[in-house]
Amino acid sequence: MGAWTDMAFILVVVLDLFLLASSRLGAAIRAVALQGALLSLLALLLTSSGHSLGHMLVVAGGAFFIKAILIPWLMFRAIREMAIRREMEPLVGYVPSMILGGVGVVLSFAFSRGLPLPTHEMHPFLVPTALATVWTGLLLVVSRRKAVTQVLGFLVLENGVFVFGLLLTDFMPVMVEAGVLLDLLAAVFVMGIVMFQINREFASLDTDALSSLKD
Amino acid sequence: MILFVILVPLVLGASAFAWPDNRTRPVLLLVGSALHVVGIVSLWTHPEAPVMNGYLFLDAAGKVVVSTSSVLFLASAIYAQGYLRHRSDRDNRVFVGGLLILLAAMTTVGMAQHLGVLWVAIEITTLATAPLIYFNHNAQSLEAAWKYLLVSSLGIALALLGTFFLALSGAGPDGPRSLMLDDLIRAGPQLSRPWVRAAFVFLLVGYGTKMGLAPLHSWKPDAYGEAPGLLGALLAGGITNFAFLSVVRVLQVTSAAGEGAFARDALLGLGLLSMALAAVFMAGQRDFKRMLAYSSVEHMGILAVALGLGGAAVTGAFYHVLNNGLSKGVMFLAAGNIHRAYGSKRTDQVRGAARRLPISGPLFLAGFLAVTGTPPFGPFWSEFMILNGAIGTGRPVVAALFLLFLAVIFIGMGATVLHVVQGSDEGAPGNPGFKDSWLTAGPPLVLMLAVLALGIWLPSGLMGLFSAAARLVTGT
Repeated sequence: MGAWTDMAFILVVVLDLFLLASSRLGAAIRAVALQGALLSLLALLLTSSGHSLGHMLVVAGGAFFIKAILIPWLMFRAIREMAIRREMEPLVGYVPSMILGGVGVVLSFAFSRGLPLPTHEMHPFLVPTALATVWTGLLLVVSRRKAVTQVLGFLVLENGVFVFGLLLTDFMPVMVEAGVLLDLLAAVFVMGIVMFQINREFASLDTDALSSLKD
Repeated sequence: MILFVILVPLVLGASAFAWPDNRTRPVLLLVGSALHVVGIVSLWTHPEAPVMNGYLFLDAAGKVVVSTSSVLFLASAIYAQGYLRHRSDRDNRVFVGGLLILLAAMTTVGMAQHLGVLWVAIEITTLATAPLIYFNHNAQSLEAAWKYLLVSSLGIALALLGTFFLALSGAGPDGPRSLMLDDLIRAGPQLSRPWVRAAFVFLLVGYGTKMGLAPLHSWKPDAYGEAPGLLGALLAGGITNFAFLSVVRVLQVTSAAGEGAFARDALLGLGLLSMALAAVFMAGQRDFKRMLAYSSVEHMGILAVALGLGGAAVTGAFYHVLNNGLSKGVMFLAAGNIHRAYGSKRTDQVRGAARRLPISGPLFLAGFLAVTGTPPFGPFWSEFMILNGAIGTGRPVVAALFLLFLAVIFIGMGATVLHVVQGSDEGAPGNPGFKDSWLTAGPPLVLMLAVLALGIWLPSGLMGLFSAAARLVTGT
C-alpha cells in the first residue's frame, strides 16, 4: 500500500518534467489526463480511517471524471478542430524548462522540510509534490506561446493545488470541493471557447498574435 | 432575503439564456437589478441572522460593498436599455445572462463567511465576465478577453493554494479545522504562524490580481479599454471592490493570528507601487478608456494603502469603496457614450465632447474632478480621511508620497480629459445616429449627483457603517 502511494507521487512529479520537455500537444494532453487519474487514485490511497469514505469517494470520482476524462476530451477535440499538433518555438526552450522544473522539485522538498506541518503528516511526499506541480504549471503558462499549452499549464497548476487539498479533505465541505471542481471545468470550457475564437480570428493559436494592445 | 438577492439574479440570468427575443431581453437586467436593490434595502431595515449554517451573512464590510454594487448595477442596467438598443445588431444573450450571473456571484462574495465559498464565488465573477469583454467580436477585444481570463485564472488558482495554506494553519490538534471566518478569527494565535504568513502571500497575490494592484494589473488596461463602457463600470466599480473585500477577509484572519504588521506592510508597499505606476502611465495616455484603467489601478492602490496604514484610515477605505464604485460608474458610462458618439477612443481624434454630448461631455469632466479627489465630491473626503490616518499613525513619508502621486495623477489625467472635452468637435470622426438620451446619459448623471451629495452631506448612519466595517479589520 505504502509503496503504491510513493509510486503515485513520484509519477506525478515525473509527469511534470515530461510536460516541460514535451513538444507534441497530444502527448501533453495525455500526460495531463494521466496526472488527473493519478490524483484521484491518490485521494483514495490516502483515505485513512479518520476520513469519511463517502466523502473521499465523491472527491476522487469527481476528480477522475473531470480531470482525467472530460477535460482531456475537450482538449483533444479542440486540437483536432484547430488542426494543430506541436508547440513550436517555446519562449523558454525544452531543456532550460526541464532544468527549471528540476530546480523547482529540489526547492519544493527544501521548502516543505523547512515548514513543518501543524497536523500529522499524511505522506512525506505530499507537500513537495504539490508545490513542484504548481511550479511546473506556472512555468508552462508563462513560457509557452500556444493558447492550448497555456491552458494545459493552468490545468497542471490546478492539479498541484488539488494535491495540496488532499491534506484538508477531512474538513473541507463537499459543497466547496464540488464548487472548486466545477469552476475548473467551467474555466476550461470558457477558455476553450475563447481559443476557438482566437483560432478563427487569427488562423493560428499563437498568443504572439495577441499583442496589439500595449502602452 | 439573503438567499433572495443571490437567487433572483441567478434565475433571471439562466432565463436570459433561454429568452428568445433579442429586443426585450435587456428588460431582465432591469427586473433583476430592481429586485436586488429592494432586497438589499430590506436587509438594511431588517438585518438578518446568518443563513446556510452560517456560510452566508451580511456583515458591515459586506454591506458597504454589496450596497455600492447594487446601486451601480441598477444604474448600469438602465444604461444597458439604451446601449443595447443601439447595438441591436448584436446578439445580447450572453451579455445579459453573464451580467446577471455576475450580480449573483458578486453578492455571494459580499456575504460569504467561509473562505472556500468566497473563492468559488470570486472565480465565478471571472468566468461570467470574460465572455462579455468579447462583446464587440473583434481581434482586440478577443486579446483582452484571453489576457483577462488567463491572468485572473492564474491569480485565483494561487489564491486557492493560499486558502488551503490557511486551512492547514488551523489543522493542528487544537486548531479550528475549518475555513469559517469566525472560527479562524477566534482561533487567532493558535493558528500556525509560518503557514498563515505563507497563506497571506499567496492570497494577496491571488486576490491582488483580481483587484488589479501593480504589478499584477497587466489585464486591466486591455480589459477596460476593449469592454463596453457599462462592463468597465462594473469591473472597476464592482468586481475590484469585491476583490478588495476578499483581501479584507484575509487580513482579518491574518491580524487575528498576530501577523498583522507583516500583512499591512505588504499592502502598503503594493498600494504605493500601484499609485506610482498609475501616475507614470496616466501621463500621455492616448486612449481615454485605458486611462480609466490606470485610474482604477490608482484607486485600488489607495484602498491597499489605507488597509496597510490601519487605524482611522481603514474607515476612510470603506468610505472610499463607496465613492470609488459610484464615481467609476460616472466615468465609464460617460466614456462609453463619448466612445459611441465618435466611434473612437483615441485622444488625437476625439475632441469637443462637451459640445457634441451636452450631458456626457461635462459629466466626464465632473467625474474626472471627483475621482482625482477635488472638493466637494465624496472621494476628496475619503482620501482626506486616509491621509489623516497616515499622519495620525506617524507615517509622514507615506502621507507625502500619497499626496505627490495624487497630484501627478491629477495633472496627467487632467490633460487627457480636458483634451477630450474641450474645443470644437469639427472634423472629428462621428456617429451621427448617437445623441445623449435619458437612458444613456441619465444613469451617469444620477450617480454623479450621488457622489456630490456624499461629499456635501454624509449621513451619520453611513459613517457608523464605515466605522463598524473598519472595526472588523482593526479589531478596536
